[in-house]
Amino acid sequence: MAIRYLRRYEDRDRMNHWFIALMFVLAGLSGLAFFHPSLYFFSALFGGGVWARILHPFFGVIMVAAFAVLFLRLWRENVFTPADREWVEHSADMLRGNKAAMPPVGKYNAGQKGVFWLMAGCLAVLLVTGITFWQPWFANSFPILLRRLAVVLHAASAVGLILGVTMHVYAAIWVKGTIRAMTRGTVTEGWARQNHPLWHREMTGKQ
Amino acid sequence: MSSLQSLDIAKRSATTTPSAQARKSVAEVAKLIDVSSCIGCKACQVACMQWNDLRDDVGEAHGTYDNPRDLTPQSWTVMRYSEVEVEKDRLEWLIRKDGCMHCEDPGCLKSCPAPGAIVKYTNGIVDFISEHCVGCGNCVTGCPFDVPRLSKVDNKAYKCSLCSDRVGVGLEPACAKACPTGAIRFGTKEDMLDYGSERVTDLKERGYANAGVYDPPGVGGTHVVYVLQHADKPELYHGLPADPKISPLVSLWKGVAKPLAVAAMVGAAVAGFFHYMKVGPVEAKEDADDKATDPTDA
Repeated sequence: MAIRYLRRYEDRDRMNHWFIALMFVLAGLSGLAFFHPSLYFFSALFGGGVWARILHPFFGVIMVAAFAVLFLRLWRENVFTPADREWVEHSADMLRGNKAAMPPVGKYNAGQKGVFWLMAGCLAVLLVTGITFWQPWFANSFPILLRRLAVVLHAASAVGLILGVTMHVYAAIWVKGTIRAMTRGTVTEGWARQNHPLWHREMTGKQ
Repeated sequence: MSSLQSLDIAKRSATTTPSAQARKSVAEVAKLIDVSSCIGCKACQVACMQWNDLRDDVGEAHGTYDNPRDLTPQSWTVMRYSEVEVEKDRLEWLIRKDGCMHCEDPGCLKSCPAPGAIVKYTNGIVDFISEHCVGCGNCVTGCPFDVPRLSKVDNKAYKCSLCSDRVGVGLEPACAKACPTGAIRFGTKEDMLDYGSERVTDLKERGYANAGVYDPPGVGGTHVVYVLQHADKPELYHGLPADPKISPLVSLWKGVAKPLAVAAMVGAAVAGFFHYMKVGPVEAKEDADDKATDPTDA
């Protein structure tokens, strides 16, 4: 029997996703260079410390702008529903690989929704705090105490974002058949039936 | 400034291993600024400009003697003039030479992310090594005294170097050399504190009951110390902080939080790897009616 595919993402969403991913790597590496001395060597990838400092905020702002477009297209499907609570209660079963214990989910499960909102929240904090100490453009307009606080929040939300992306990437590697949703825009019907049965039903009209 | 011999570096920014420590007998230096002897002539400002080859833009008169009005990348020291009445109807003109305090525990150095862009020499001088400066401005937010200034021309941070290049060859800082009243003195920190306490005794005899030496312990002491007539109220001297400390926002984050955060990020990736090796991938079956299952599949 031939494998049937279901469309999960439009091409424009996939291209936007990969553009965000690229900007995440660039902003992430240039930012980590200043995060801890052990990571300063990343600045060499950008032509040295000064260039990493100059480029980092531009990578960040471009990433946030691209994410904002993705956010507007996906946020409704990521709103938590009462059914998500049951999934969260069974998340330990999920991690043990006992997928049979998991309640049926729609297009996104509660874990995916959580990562979505974590990324959106962290990026919003990164943008707002980052502007307050962006040298030489905006930093001098803000009081020093605010900038001290902003530097800490910026670094903390960067850690949140990196942990969120780590979960996101790991889940895509772990659940086989997922990556083609972003490389081809389609998933197999079997993948949908197993991992997102309510979405599968919605897409095919089948039980 | 250019760096002194590396054996003379006690602390280096964004560096997690100790500096060379073979040399133990270097005396700590200090500059003593006796506010009670200062006549506000600004010879120190001129000497600083001359020695360091700095020329600030001509500013604007704004009704006080403060000129330039603030520290800038071209003005590493400025006189601050405060008119106060500690006792009613008894005007005092307090003139404080402002600039880097050369903290024993420097907030700029702690907050700097660029390895070696800020160093503290074994003699106590805190110096910015411009060729390593990336221009991020963290030293500006890390300083408890609001001293470093980032240049709009080259995006490097600047401040008083305590004339480390002069001190390195046995000379006193240019400002101390130029001071006509002996209000600026330079020597070992021990000698400066001794001299300071003599001045304090003198001032107390002359009726300044609260005279004292300003060497704030919150930053481990400083290598620029003041003799103040009103040491109980340092804020009178153009807002000199009473108890300066490195902000807890800086010390928490640059202290324990960052290594923990690095461990969390590396740990997440390692945890994912071992989770995959233990549990294995989640695989989809294309035919829902196919009952042939992998026996190890939970």
